[in-house]
Amino acid sequence: MNDIIATTDLTPKDFTSDQEVRWCPGCGDYAIVKSVRKALAEIGTATENVVFISGIGCAARFPYYMATYGFHTIHGRAPAFATGVKLANPELDVWVVGGDGDMLSIGGNHTLHVLRRNVDLNILLFNNEIYGLTKGQYSPTSREGTLSPSTPMGSVDHPVSATSFALGAGARFVARSVDTDQKHMPLVLKRAHEHKGASFVEIFQNCIVYNDATFADFTERATAADTQLHVEHGQPLIFGKERNKGIRVNHDILDLEVVTVGKNGVTLDDVLVHDQTNRTLAGWLARMETPNFPVAIGVLYCNPSESYETGVSRQIEDAKQKSPSQDLNSLLKSGHTWTVEPH
Amino acid sequence: MSSDGNAVLKLAESRREEVDSVVVRFAGDSGDGIQLTGGRFAETTALSGQDLETFPDFPAEIRAPIGTTYGVSAFQINFGSGVIMTAGDAPDVLVALNPAALIVNIEEIKAGGLVIVDAGSFSAKNIQKAGYESNPLEDGSLEKYRVFPIDISRLTLEAVSVADVNKRDGLRCKNMWTLGLISWMYDRALEPSIEHLENKFGKKLPEVAKANVAALKAGHAFAETAEMPGDVRGFTIKPADFAPGVYRTVTGTEATSWGLVAGAQLAGLKIALCSYPITPASGILHVLSRLKAYDVTTFQAEDEIAAVCAAIGASYGGALGITSSSGPGIALKTEAIGLAIATEVPLIVVNTQRAGPSTGMPTKTEQSDLYLALYGRNADAPIVVLAAHSSADSFDVAIEAVRLATKYMTPVILLSDTYIANAAEPWLVPDADQLEPFKVNFRTEPEGFQPYVRDETTLARPWVKPGTPGLEHRIGGLERSDVSGNVSNDADNHQLMTNIRFNKIAGIANDIPLQEVELGGDSGQIVVVGWGSTYGPISRAVGHLRDEGKAVSHIQLRYINPLPKNLGELLARFDKILVPEMNMGQLSTLLRDRYMLPTKSLCKVTGKPFRIIEIEDGIRAALEK
Repeated sequence: MNDIIATTDLTPKDFTSDQEVRWCPGCGDYAIVKSVRKALAEIGTATENVVFISGIGCAARFPYYMATYGFHTIHGRAPAFATGVKLANPELDVWVVGGDGDMLSIGGNHTLHVLRRNVDLNILLFNNEIYGLTKGQYSPTSREGTLSPSTPMGSVDHPVSATSFALGAGARFVARSVDTDQKHMPLVLKRAHEHKGASFVEIFQNCIVYNDATFADFTERATAADTQLHVEHGQPLIFGKERNKGIRVNHDILDLEVVTVGKNGVTLDDVLVHDQTNRTLAGWLARMETPNFPVAIGVLYCNPSESYETGVSRQIEDAKQKSPSQDLNSLLKSGHTWTVEPH
Repeated sequence: MSSDGNAVLKLAESRREEVDSVVVRFAGDSGDGIQLTGGRFAETTALSGQDLETFPDFPAEIRAPIGTTYGVSAFQINFGSGVIMTAGDAPDVLVALNPAALIVNIEEIKAGGLVIVDAGSFSAKNIQKAGYESNPLEDGSLEKYRVFPIDISRLTLEAVSVADVNKRDGLRCKNMWTLGLISWMYDRALEPSIEHLENKFGKKLPEVAKANVAALKAGHAFAETAEMPGDVRGFTIKPADFAPGVYRTVTGTEATSWGLVAGAQLAGLKIALCSYPITPASGILHVLSRLKAYDVTTFQAEDEIAAVCAAIGASYGGALGITSSSGPGIALKTEAIGLAIATEVPLIVVNTQRAGPSTGMPTKTEQSDLYLALYGRNADAPIVVLAAHSSADSFDVAIEAVRLATKYMTPVILLSDTYIANAAEPWLVPDADQLEPFKVNFRTEPEGFQPYVRDETTLARPWVKPGTPGLEHRIGGLERSDVSGNVSNDADNHQLMTNIRFNKIAGIANDIPLQEVELGGDSGQIVVVGWGSTYGPISRAVGHLRDEGKAVSHIQLRYINPLPKNLGELLARFDKILVPEMNMGQLSTLLRDRYMLPTKSLCKVTGKPFRIIEIEDGIRAALEK
């Protein structure tokens, strides 16, 4: 979030650049760019105050398609560039876009630190669980056993969970959405924008060429009601076609479990109520996976604290108050000096 | 006290001897406070009006095991009434606070030089730890020096008894006792050091301040009133013949940092220094982080790559992005520097070079990153490279780096080194009001704007701050069309853009001064070409040989890419070209490449600066061939 006030009525078209979009036909990125433009129009920040920063990968082409300021940088480093932009001008509305390889593999370190510093950025991680632009190698979010050109016998490493990583790094805002969910995503994006500090949004994005339908287990429209849990602050964690399945804590195993309201004496009161400020709950929700659990979608965690660039600006203002002079001569002559008189 | 009762003599002020210049080296354990002692002595020497040059030389270990040779820290100072340009070849005086400090440094001391040792530290254990087979104070091995053993440890403990400190803290005042002694020998005032100690410890640790001051005064009083051997005299040195003005001492770290602040003010920009700690470059991060009131933002990044990327992001955002590091860190930044070249974003990269490759010798000096600066990126990626030749010179070079980076929308690499960063010298403080401003004009006019439309003279593209209405545009690392900046894989366009990037940097040669000859004629038998911190020893060596009547000249390069327009023609006027470098001949190959001239290298990579005599010998050898 920033303090720039919306001045004009904007439409998604105002955020659309004249560049031809070059993602593969059917790529989930098309739906995402559409949602982002829609969200930005609704947020209403003037186009000149919006900056998109990306690294390398399919997702990282994003800035070219936005009629805002944009910087397509190098692999994995977008969070660092974005931090620099915020240091130069904290008022800008800066968005970071990257894929799972960009932000969790080569750039994992920067993602960690930008989150822990809580730089006021909207960070969108397009997770498709594969390397697209380099033609289909497995990624750090690929599931074990993923067959790919570099893992012909299946991958043997364990994947990282983007949201668990973000929470572990100390992110103050962690959310999820699905590329094709055009109703939901703009809402989450607006929430991310509202949050002052690092807002981390994982978007499940389908790679139609190299990893098609990898999220089908919870994104298929026919079954989504039973496999997704849309969380909302203050609302019970209820899901299912019949809206009768819930999440509660099983105290014996100190973990979550799925229950059916009305069965085995379970009532609505037994179902957990979502508290977006509860980091423990957020951690639990982040780890829920099919087939035993629904996948949690929405704002898992939102608990603001002072953003990095706010603290930096405060120190500079404090320093200026204490020594209001910016006179270079007084700096150069600070400490011991001596004068040689003309002979 | 003295080791030799017969030589005991009281010295009166009237017996002071006048000398022109002296080289003193303080040496002790890394925990002995040698750097502080040297720094204080340098400061009071400067305040006495003499010219000076210092050479702090410390181990990479923070606190190496006590008494070991690899834990020895040293500080050398050359001072005098004439022009001082190096920290001196062979010290006249060595102060060694333990046997390890003696064994490490004694070989470099002048024959007949004065060696003051803390006899109290010469226990059998310490002697053995240093690697001596017998006590060097007793076995005659130090015959060619004038050795003056004093039980500094005991005298210090006696002196600090006035303060409420334990034995350990008391013994740590040894350095101040030594400073007192040497201060008397060279007629230095104690007041500035007393003031410094009181400022440093006074409020929080008043007893420690008291103990240090007591030790300082006791060392001074010992020399003044107590027994000194007859041949250990006090000295007076006349003030140097400085031009009128206000002076201070300055290290390269300070001068570079202040030069960057000055440059940013002249450009009308705020600074964003984004760095990752690394020896010996961290000093710039430390100095600038205290200058927030000057619109300086400092960012300690998570790694070297994040540091340079944040700096580029800051420049993109409209600030002056700077990153500072040393060789290994610069190596990590190379991909991002290439992006700044491709997207044509201003960036300052300060490389305080150290001995390598890899981790190398982090606290020792070298000039071996010239190739890295010139060529260390993928593809054809030309960049501006400047080199500071001394601590004070770093100020001017830093300003020039800012001017070129902002005027030409390009990264600039500023080469410094460990020696320049740490060495202190007197500096005629410039009047900031007299510095020529070069204010940046950010593009705000949408009419006719395209991201890669160029200034006809400089070939620079416009600098636009995000937030400027009507100028929204995208830049990136993919090759872009000339003018429009749209992503392009067009063959002819890539050739064109590569040519433009090359010509833009090459064209800067029209905007920098012609190369001048530092010393000597503009033609002759031999020219010595230097860059960076070899300036001092080359200058003195050439001076000495010219005094002997030899036709030797000295050229010192500040601009390494692009080189001054007249350099090739100038060098060609000499019969021989000698290039002394603290590397295996990197500038030499550059000059051969650019001008097809038969340069001769004089290489030294010991982690220590050239001695004047080494360069003199090199010139003589080159002349004879």
